[in-house]
Amino acid sequence: MDILNALVTFLNFVFVPALAYGAQLALGALGATLIYGILRFSNFAHGDTMAFGTMTVILFTWGLQALGISFGPLPTALLALPFGIAVTAMLLLATDRGVYRYYRRVKAAPVILVMVSLGVMFIMNGIVRFIIGVGDVNFTDGERFIITAGQFREMTGLQEGLAIRMTQAVTVVVAVIAVALLFWFLQKTRTGKSMRAFSDNEDLALLSGINPDRVVAVTWIIAAALATTAGTLYGLDKSFKAFTYFQLLLPIFAAAIVGGLGSPIGAIAGGFVIAFSEVMVTYAWKKVITYIVPESMAPEGLVQLMSTDYKFAVSFAILIIVLLFMPTGLFKGKSV
Amino acid sequence: MAEPFLIGDAMTGGYGGADILHDCTIAVEKGEIAVIVGPNGAGKSTAMKAVFGMLKLRKGAVRLKGEDITTLTPQARVAKGMAFVPQTHNIFTSMTVEENLEMGAFLRRDDITETMEQVYELFPILRQKRYQAAGELSGGQRQQVAVGRALMTRPSVLMLDEPTAGVSPIVMDELFDRIIEVARTGISILMVEQNARQALEIADKGYVLVQGANRFTDTGKALMADPEVRRSFLGG
Amino acid sequence: MSGAQMTAQASAQTPAKVAMMFAGVALLFVLTGMFQSWNLALAIVNMALISSIMALGVNMQWGYAGLFSVGTMGFVALGGLAVVLVSAAPVPGAWALGGPGIVMGLILGALTIAAAIFVWARMPRGRMRGFATAAVLLGGFFAFRAVFDPAVAAVEANNPATAGNLGGLGLPVLLAWPAGGLLAAAAAWAIGKTALGLRSDYLAIATLGIAEIIIAVMKNEDWLARGVKNVISLPRPVPYEVDMQQSAAFVDWATRWGFDPATASSIIVKLLYAALFLIVLLALIWLSETALKSPWGRMMRAIRDNEVSAAAMGKDVKRRHLQIFVLGSAVIGIAGAMMTTLDSQLTPGTYQPLRFTFLIWVMVIVGGSGNNWGSVLGGFLIWWLWVMVEPMGLWLIQMVTAPMAEGWLKTHLLDSAAHMRLMTMGIILLLVLRFSPRGLIPEK
Repeated sequence: MDILNALVTFLNFVFVPALAYGAQLALGALGATLIYGILRFSNFAHGDTMAFGTMTVILFTWGLQALGISFGPLPTALLALPFGIAVTAMLLLATDRGVYRYYRRVKAAPVILVMVSLGVMFIMNGIVRFIIGVGDVNFTDGERFIITAGQFREMTGLQEGLAIRMTQAVTVVVAVIAVALLFWFLQKTRTGKSMRAFSDNEDLALLSGINPDRVVAVTWIIAAALATTAGTLYGLDKSFKAFTYFQLLLPIFAAAIVGGLGSPIGAIAGGFVIAFSEVMVTYAWKKVITYIVPESMAPEGLVQLMSTDYKFAVSFAILIIVLLFMPTGLFKGKSV
Repeated sequence: MAEPFLIGDAMTGGYGGADILHDCTIAVEKGEIAVIVGPNGAGKSTAMKAVFGMLKLRKGAVRLKGEDITTLTPQARVAKGMAFVPQTHNIFTSMTVEENLEMGAFLRRDDITETMEQVYELFPILRQKRYQAAGELSGGQRQQVAVGRALMTRPSVLMLDEPTAGVSPIVMDELFDRIIEVARTGISILMVEQNARQALEIADKGYVLVQGANRFTDTGKALMADPEVRRSFLGG
Repeated sequence: MSGAQMTAQASAQTPAKVAMMFAGVALLFVLTGMFQSWNLALAIVNMALISSIMALGVNMQWGYAGLFSVGTMGFVALGGLAVVLVSAAPVPGAWALGGPGIVMGLILGALTIAAAIFVWARMPRGRMRGFATAAVLLGGFFAFRAVFDPAVAAVEANNPATAGNLGGLGLPVLLAWPAGGLLAAAAAWAIGKTALGLRSDYLAIATLGIAEIIIAVMKNEDWLARGVKNVISLPRPVPYEVDMQQSAAFVDWATRWGFDPATASSIIVKLLYAALFLIVLLALIWLSETALKSPWGRMMRAIRDNEVSAAAMGKDVKRRHLQIFVLGSAVIGIAGAMMTTLDSQLTPGTYQPLRFTFLIWVMVIVGGSGNNWGSVLGGFLIWWLWVMVEPMGLWLIQMVTAPMAEGWLKTHLLDSAAHMRLMTMGIILLLVLRFSPRGLIPEK
């Protein structure tokens, strides 16, 4: 029995990766849930918005690198983030002006807006592929590790190591800052409160003199900020590939729905629920179990519930269970 | 006769299809309470919504302080000093009581603490529950939040669409008392009521509508005393 | 909420106008044949026929019933899988090694789910019910893995370079087409049972997920159809070009008419495929038009146009939705099987949602939701565009970049021309939704 080594193994292979992934999903889901709350449709272009935002950040990162500017041990992409957000926000505002606004005017059914977002998705996907291509882009620089497995073993004398990559730490810290800012904005500022009011009861918000165009514009800007941040963090942690961002749509919506569509706090909780389930179900527990149980009972197989190729199935299964048994999600979003 | 403070004059119109209102006139004087009563489907709420600009009039006009506001949007009428409390969905359920009041004052750029204080004095229970989500309150308290939210713009006219629908008789009496208090501060009240008898008791002016047209118009007391009104609309 | 209720009103098209539009699209193909090659034109026709059938299936779900399902890709892939299971050559020894184990495992899995549903339905509400259901599922899962895993390992170890799968039944490939429909229908039934009845956005997300999962299974379960190692040389329902070119009679015939035997053989093969596909397409249109005019079809549209009042009139909305969802998916599955037959290979790695789900949706919307002929027109037009936008985009970019100096920008632009098609499709979809929401041939 070796609880300490088992714990370190668990932290290293399950907790830390899931925490970083969960933070990325949470930011993505926050954007999707805000758009749902204010504009009342599921934005299928959200994954590709993330891809677009990340792409602009990558381009600015390259520019900064060419100018010889770096951010010390931190990835240069963090410096490029504000520029990326600005460009993405402009794109989304232009999209709203050119595409979505008309459907709000004619009060189109939500499903029509979803279809319109499919068209936007096609175009954004095309733009991203056109500009940066379909290949893998690695834009991480700076320090690779905060602590490596070797250093950790030396420090603690344990058999197992706990490696924390810089990108994982950056992900969590940036996500915490972004979420704190968002909640401060929604809870404390006049504009933020008017957004919540609009999401809660559109007619009454109009009666109270809240300007819907302004609310919608602010929503797109925030969605751009969240999507760009989420996409950049994901890209730093893994790598950037246009197509993987489209595939993130499923876990992101699963997270938003699990938390309760329209509920920001739910989106965060949902992000972590999905991320931890995905990692835990697809992790081979053999090592952890071997440390805990007596030697004679050590498992022979990998003790992996599902192969990692089926991680989508995990978010999907959770999604279905939530939809069937608590359709409004964990935090009572808008539903059915 | 001098022009009333607010008047929907000879209004005719509907929601796009057939006309619901036929030459219907509703008016309220400054600081008075006017009540619209009538059987189901008489167009009571429609008449009120017409005064507030929520449907298009084919004929007739709406004037506030003598100014023609017929073509203004509801939002613009709010800016002109009219406040409207819908019958349902009249609060922000996920927001706290205080935030509801703040949203009511969204158009105001000046200090709203004094107005909020007045609302809390009018509805002391709201002060106790100011940090609670409005959706968690009881039916009567929700109506208080709704009225409070509308008062935050410091309106000159408060319009209430069946404020006592679905609340208990005790709560209803209490709510009517509060409405009288509001009227005493100089705010005109125009309301639609299902509970015709109790409403006419507090009304300075009563309108009995039938099929979108004025049937009886008089002071509340006179209508209560009118045998025909009593027989047809007040259940004897 | 459906195509028919989309905002702006377009007046119904006259038959002459419809004929004109079909003639216009036909002209595109004729021009392609004349200026490029008939081989290319026919290749586009064949995929256009298949795409039209897929569009018919989506149209049944969306146009008839207002179901917003974006799982099309999954059913296409299942149809392809059916081709391998039905018509691929059997793998010697595979069944003996692991067949029974795999079947047993799958049965165990199905029993587990059935038992869990039974427990959930029969036990009284409460915490115990949740625990019992979870216990059944967990126990069943481990039992399933215990039986299933060794059998899979045995099958996959069997001659992995060329097989490693269970193999097919070796039956004629045409049988695989209805089989593909059945497989897709079975999957659709299971999906519909759980996901239908959700609000429209949720159904979309759920079906999107299902499609991804079906592809993931096909990529990773090597015992089933070799996963990403692909199954090639599937049998054909038509003769092989090589055989024709070696037949003296054929070469004789071709030369007598002044054709190059190689070109002639490949054109004839494509024509034969086209004939087969056309038969299926026409049969399906006839069936669905007949169904649409029947009381069943009228009820379907009544439900679509006003679900609440249809339910109030005693219509079992969920059941009808399930029916049409299964039927539409079956049609998509048939088309999927046809496509794999045309390709003679199953390559799970090539199934992309943009191509197999959203492009089909563009066809339906552009053609006119709720109208079968619209789906066919949309299928032909959009597929032709999808193929031709790439060379046209390249040409356009060459024109634009011609005056530019050689350099990375020019190279990059030329390299990226291929991605123009996604943008084009998006723009077409947006334009149609905005200015002609009822499509080219609106519903009658």
